Amino acid sequence: MTELNAGATLRHTPLHAMHIRLGARMVPFAGYEMPVQYPSGVIKEHLHTRAAAGLFDVSHMGQITLRPKSGRLADVALALESFVPADIAGLAIDRQRYTMFTNAAGGVIDDLMVSNRGDHLLLVVNAARKAVDAGLLRASLPADCLIEVHEQRALLALQGPLAEEVLSTLTPDVRSMRFMDVRSLTLLGKTCTVARSGYTGEDGFEICTGAETAAVLWEALLRDPAVAPIGLGARDSLRLEAGLCLYGADLDETTSPIEAALEWTIPNVRRPGGAREGIFPGAEVILDQLDRGVPRRRVGLRPEGRAPVRAGAPLFLAAPDEAPCGSVTSGGFGVSLNAPVAMGFVPTANAIPGTRLFTEVRGKRLPLAVSALPFVPRRYKRA
Amino acid sequence: MKYTKDHEWLRMDDDVATIGITAYAQEKLGDLVYVELPSVGVKFAMGAAAAIVESVKAASEVYAPVSGEIVAVNDRVAGEPGLVNAQPTGEGWLFKMKISNPSELAALLDEKAYTALTA
Repeated sequence: MTELNAGATLRHTPLHAMHIRLGARMVPFAGYEMPVQYPSGVIKEHLHTRAAAGLFDVSHMGQITLRPKSGRLADVALALESFVPADIAGLAIDRQRYTMFTNAAGGVIDDLMVSNRGDHLLLVVNAARKAVDAGLLRASLPADCLIEVHEQRALLALQGPLAEEVLSTLTPDVRSMRFMDVRSLTLLGKTCTVARSGYTGEDGFEICTGAETAAVLWEALLRDPAVAPIGLGARDSLRLEAGLCLYGADLDETTSPIEAALEWTIPNVRRPGGAREGIFPGAEVILDQLDRGVPRRRVGLRPEGRAPVRAGAPLFLAAPDEAPCGSVTSGGFGVSLNAPVAMGFVPTANAIPGTRLFTEVRGKRLPLAVSALPFVPRRYKRA
Repeated sequence: MKYTKDHEWLRMDDDVATIGITAYAQEKLGDLVYVELPSVGVKFAMGAAAAIVESVKAASEVYAPVSGEIVAVNDRVAGEPGLVNAQPTGEGWLFKMKISNPSELAALLDEKAYTALTA
């Protein structure tokens, strides 16, 4: 069998001891030792999240607050707009938005969540990119924006159709929240920042809190029979089925938001003719791509057989020998679909759902079909 | 039962070896979702990749513990990969080989040595 193990000096989240106590298998991930699965295993954890409520420790993700010295949030909101192609100045209090840091070439430095907390902005960024992101902000934000990177905070995600019911036992206020709402709520006597969002395609919440509260909250939530702890293994299969991008796989500094089919994150106000058109890094490239199209696009892929097709697999237009037309960037097994699923980049002309392509796995040509994303319906509470 | 340091097991019956992955290996891999087995009649040298087991997250090769020819494969695990997790050394066996060089068996680990390796 191929190699099973590796070791290194790794950081711990505030919930590390909880994972060990639950019998989690811990693996290195983005500089942290994280639970990849608990004893029940990836398949049960994935299905539990879709059927009930899954509890995830995502404290490895970066939390950064941006605060205006002036006291006027518009000052930092406008300043942040010179890093991202989103409408931050128009982001209402207690609302959150998905966007990305772009570079001068139109590539993606990181994807992130931004929420308006009234007197500050809260950014949640990828674990592996938080040093890059913080460096970028420190180097280029005006001096009247105070930047704080929270190293000791925790982030819990409660995801699934029963998430609202479970969390409402701690505070009924969550019932009135919609997808992407953010509120400061008292949970177990402590003030936490709660967002109705997540990265599984399910309805659910992300709870930002201090290290000590996180441990108490984690245990309280797990006492609810609807809740099970879920590791990074199922987190990845859930997000892939939901058609969501993984930074470093589907997104990187050479991939533009338009190629990645994330143009929906760029509102009219930042597009040509908009009040705050352009300004963000790579705007010229990205806005030109919006206008004239891109040569390649991110698509969903459904292998015809049972064999999973993994990241890095080449894609071909036809079975006979030829140069690859693209490649798979995320691939694995869609547990809810009981079938392999993947995402990859293909020529725009071939990005139409139903198009038959080929890949090569261990020297064998295998057919797969371009598929609409997401693979499973997203169940966000929008109304 | 004999073992390899790469976490295969092997059980001899005359000159035919039944081969699978160990309980330790299936636990480390996690839930399997795909098993690719060799064709009957194919010959493998000791240490060659003979089968593939894939978890939700990753693919792993299963090496032939000794040299020989495939004489049977367990089609049940291809349709039900979870059987390898549930009964790795029983119903979840992978393939049988008619071994061509019995002296290779001496290089395999016994139960005690394998247990020490995975402790």
